[in-house]
Amino acid sequence: MSAALNETAGGWEPLIVSFCCNWCSYAGGDLAGTSRMSYPVNVKVIRVPCSGRMNPMFVLRAFQRGADGVLVAGCHPGDCHYTSGNYQSRRRLSAFKRLVEFAGFEPERFEVRWISSSEGDKFAEEMTSITEKIKALGPNRKMRDARWQSVTSKV
Amino acid sequence: MPRTGVFICHCGTNIAGTVDIDKTVEASRNFPGVVHADEYRYLCSEMGQDIITKAIKENDLDRVVVGTCSPRMHENTFRKAAAEAGLNPYLLEVANIREHCSWVHKDMEEATPKAIALLRAAAAKAALNEALEAPRLDVEKRALVIGGGIAGIQAALDIAEAGYEVDIVEKDPSIGGRMAQLEKTFPTLDCSACILTPKMVEAAQHPNINLLTYSEVDEVKGFVGQFDVKIRQKARYVDPVKCTGCGICWEKCPSKAPSEFEMGLSKRKSIYVPFAQAVPMVPVIDRDSCLYFRKGRCQICEKECPPQAIDYEQQDEIIERRYGAIVVATGFDQLDPTIYGEYGYGQHPDILTGLEFERIFNASGPTGGKVVKLSDGKPPKKVVFIQCIGSRDKARGMNYCSKICCMYTAKQAILLKEKVPDAKSYVFYIDVRTGGKGYEEFQRRAAEEHDVAYMRGQVGKIFPEDDHLVVRGIDSLTNRNIEIKADMVVLAAATVARGDAPELGRLVGINSDSYHFFNEAHPKLKPVETHTAGIFIAGACQAPKDIPETVSQASAAAVKAIGLLSKEKLQGEACTAEVIQSDCSGCLNCEAICPYTAITPVEIEERYKDGVLKRTVAEVNPALCQGCGSCAVTCRSGSINLKGFSNDQIMAEVDAICLQR
Repeated sequence: MSAALNETAGGWEPLIVSFCCNWCSYAGGDLAGTSRMSYPVNVKVIRVPCSGRMNPMFVLRAFQRGADGVLVAGCHPGDCHYTSGNYQSRRRLSAFKRLVEFAGFEPERFEVRWISSSEGDKFAEEMTSITEKIKALGPNRKMRDARWQSVTSKV
Repeated sequence: MPRTGVFICHCGTNIAGTVDIDKTVEASRNFPGVVHADEYRYLCSEMGQDIITKAIKENDLDRVVVGTCSPRMHENTFRKAAAEAGLNPYLLEVANIREHCSWVHKDMEEATPKAIALLRAAAAKAALNEALEAPRLDVEKRALVIGGGIAGIQAALDIAEAGYEVDIVEKDPSIGGRMAQLEKTFPTLDCSACILTPKMVEAAQHPNINLLTYSEVDEVKGFVGQFDVKIRQKARYVDPVKCTGCGICWEKCPSKAPSEFEMGLSKRKSIYVPFAQAVPMVPVIDRDSCLYFRKGRCQICEKECPPQAIDYEQQDEIIERRYGAIVVATGFDQLDPTIYGEYGYGQHPDILTGLEFERIFNASGPTGGKVVKLSDGKPPKKVVFIQCIGSRDKARGMNYCSKICCMYTAKQAILLKEKVPDAKSYVFYIDVRTGGKGYEEFQRRAAEEHDVAYMRGQVGKIFPEDDHLVVRGIDSLTNRNIEIKADMVVLAAATVARGDAPELGRLVGINSDSYHFFNEAHPKLKPVETHTAGIFIAGACQAPKDIPETVSQASAAAVKAIGLLSKEKLQGEACTAEVIQSDCSGCLNCEAICPYTAITPVEIEERYKDGVLKRTVAEVNPALCQGCGSCAVTCRSGSINLKGFSNDQIMAEVDAICLQR
């Protein structure tokens, strides 16, 4: 069980999945790399075309699979490559966050941030900040599906 | 099960310095579906690409994962390498183990497992990748330029010179735009008409340019390469083929209306050309003031016209035409300063805007080129110029700087001194901004050689007293109150977007900023492109601009349009949305959310019991779809998928990343 909660000999380390839009935030992540800004290794990025592509199901899936935090990042409002995708995601994901809270899950585990392609520093800061926050919160015990890790670990 | 090959790049020491390549290759061999794993020092080099191409052929690979730099960097390079080996390029996935891993982490013990996780996610996604085909689109070899000012004329001339047909749509009876209204141009003081008129004539005579004046765009449909446009050519009530432009009609016409071209400072006839150098030299009848249209009698123009070109029965004509590219160059308006009561604009004939004062200088203007007060016809001896009326005014106006006012004010002050040698000018400014070649020198000349007093400060009140205007303001440098008894006040009213810009933006399908100036695709690297492929912007419809900037932007937009028109076929976006029509309930929420109007309802027939059931479902036009995926999320029944970023693919990535150890 302890292995399933990512508790290694060196202590527990959170897993954070970050969904980044291709045009702004993913590029901001690239810039953080090019500028050699460092942020915790706990964050793993998945590229989506637009934050408007974010189906809340993806977030739930990450929590089910044991992620301790999820950060969705997109272009600043008004700057969407597809004109209006981030407006859709802003409405949809803020409603989703309240729903998560209503269901009794810690809403702090799920954040949405606007990071432009020129904000490498902001990208690194946000990734560091959410990692710190999740470390303080502790492991995601409520929504994870322990069965899944035990099934797949046998593979 | 797919046959996936994984290739990991050292990128010299850029990746290999922080990621244990051997461990990563070994771990990759254990991912589901991976049958081959290899590494190379520089995978993007020709040698590196050869390794991929050979391995695909030798191992019969049907999926490829590369662990390299960002896909934004070299995804295309590796896709081409895969295509070289006969593999569909969209079966390749990139794991970004440089920008998102080796460059942001220092410890190899930490970075290596993360690189493995990213590769595992890419392999899991690749397993679900499908062969995709980017649509090949036809290009109509004709461009549409909306707006016949200097921007539109320049863009049209450049496109026409490259050998493509261009139509210019201009809503006024003549091309020329704002520049035609100007007297002189800064900083050279050459006469605006002298440099513009030849260009207007050149545009009119160019075999590749077709002028559609007194016309407006009614509808734009379609997409890059194939825009279907409806243009309304308004009835002129004059047959342009018969008309010789002799001018007898407007000489004889008995009724008048305020002249739009003269900013309402003088009158024009009801049958008129807006100005003396109008192109085409064919008048229009203004129905609202024409006696015949209002009261059914007069018809003097018809009786007097030698070639009998007057045709009261003429109707608006709709022209439907297809274009490959569109340049929007609709220019700007001047803010109406009436909203600022303290300046008293509109309450006294000697309180003018910058553009109105420009007409006072002009030889064909309301005063015949004599610089005189409109109240009493005497030359003004003291003129107060007030800058930033509505510009740089966070509280009551526009946040932005209108850019041209500092310079045209300096120009008008110089011209004033030339025409009225004993005149004195005062300029109230916030800052004097003279960025541009020769601009600073020009403004200094105004201040030092032409008796122009620059005062940093603001004006609080203007009111008439006796035969002059009292201007009360404050000099913010000395903090002293200032009172000037002026003969004339010129307000540098803000440059604003055209009143119909929001409507046109919606019509054409381009977006604008909060002030209704059209948005460029990237503020630095795509200044003339818009987010809609195939539509370009030029001139002051994008932001306040002077003439040199407008002309360069127009030429830039023309080059972009020419580049597009010169292509035999266009490659569309491969990662587009698709509707699984059997699951679609036809709610069409997707149609409402799509920013590209790529989704339309279609009727399909399904077998139902013994008969046929007709249902309305959604359909995606892959040529219009840009692949944002908003529709896929909106779809209640989950019957829309985005190719290349499907729900299953993203879920597979999540699963793979969450398998941490």
